[in-house]
Amino acid sequence: MSRPEDILPPDLFYNDNESRKYTKSSRIRNIQASMTSRALELLDLKSPSFILDLGCGSGLSGEMLSEVEHEDGGPHTWIGMDISPSMLDVALQREVEGDLFLADIGQGVPFRPGTFDAAISISAIQWLCNAESSDVSPEGRLRRFFEGLYASLRRGGRAVCQFYPKNDVQRSMISGAAIKAGFGAGILEDDPGTKSSKLYLVLTVGGGGLPGDITGVVNGMDDVSVLDARRKATEINNARGPPRKGDKAWILNKKEQMAKKGKVVKASSRYTGRKRRIAF
Amino acid sequence: MKVITANFVTCAVKECKTSPASFPLHFNDAELEQQELDFQPEFIRNILPRIDWEALRTISNELGFPSLPESKPEEEALNNEQTLKDLHRLLLETHVTEGKLTCGNCGHSYMIKEGIANFLLPSHLV
Repeated sequence: MSRPEDILPPDLFYNDNESRKYTKSSRIRNIQASMTSRALELLDLKSPSFILDLGCGSGLSGEMLSEVEHEDGGPHTWIGMDISPSMLDVALQREVEGDLFLADIGQGVPFRPGTFDAAISISAIQWLCNAESSDVSPEGRLRRFFEGLYASLRRGGRAVCQFYPKNDVQRSMISGAAIKAGFGAGILEDDPGTKSSKLYLVLTVGGGGLPGDITGVVNGMDDVSVLDARRKATEINNARGPPRKGDKAWILNKKEQMAKKGKVVKASSRYTGRKRRIAF
Repeated sequence: MKVITANFVTCAVKECKTSPASFPLHFNDAELEQQELDFQPEFIRNILPRIDWEALRTISNELGFPSLPESKPEEEALNNEQTLKDLHRLLLETHVTEGKLTCGNCGHSYMIKEGIANFLLPSHLV
């Protein structure tokens, strides 16, 4: 199936016709509703909160934030940002309760530091991996977005972004950008390996109110297993260890350093750094 | 745009991030509308510590409301239902439907139409 991200920029792709179709389709509404409730579960909000909805579109996800029951800690007040005027127009007609902004999240998040208790984003941030003009880059857009988001969340706040990466490169580009901005980040994958698999980027600011690390977000949830890629990476690093003085890696490193300084260095060969046979 | 949002939004231009004059944004030619919303005392109590009271006073002046008290309502005042209701009315039920938001630092104006503020920036300002 073709990806809308590959066809047109978001503000042009979601024109009047496409926005209306998107909002009316019961299939899309169902998927959006289930993803929003999953995101709310991950945010674990206990009292009425101030939430930012990134790429709110026609307010399908925002609507659910306003509808959270009092017993479940709601209803929440939200602000939505979207780049498509047509989508926002549909949101206006549907009379959603949140405040709407016509803005490009790749240009940053224009709020005071510590404004929001939480942020939510449903099927939006993969659009940041496309640069529509030559003066912006996907990396730059992602950086501005995550830095702005990080600042606008209060300490202990959380953000959950459901997204559809095109491939593993995009997936690691997005999560890498979030980590660089200072977030504690983890990815939750629902129904992995199936056609309907869904990825949630879970972000915490200043620990996210958790006693441990990011894996604490899914504590107490059923059917979730934790795969810690960090532990594997550190183990591999430890097994190799730093090069010891005198071994081949150390010698090659030194030679490279000296060559960079402009010194004359003997060429390396397969004999470099080998032990000599004990001579009689 | 609700008044509560105006208390949090800043200028999106990069150079303005470091300037104190970029907050709050100033309203021009604002048209107001009142929209009923369920009263939620918990939300007001949650958000009140984060409200910039000085900015709120400036904004409500610009919108032509009677002036607010000098200082933010603190502890006991938060148990007074009338205070919370007034705040709810101002912060959540008052909407700016048309008008302009202007940055005090760079002078950039953000248009508000049908309650939606346009924060798209031309690429040279990003």
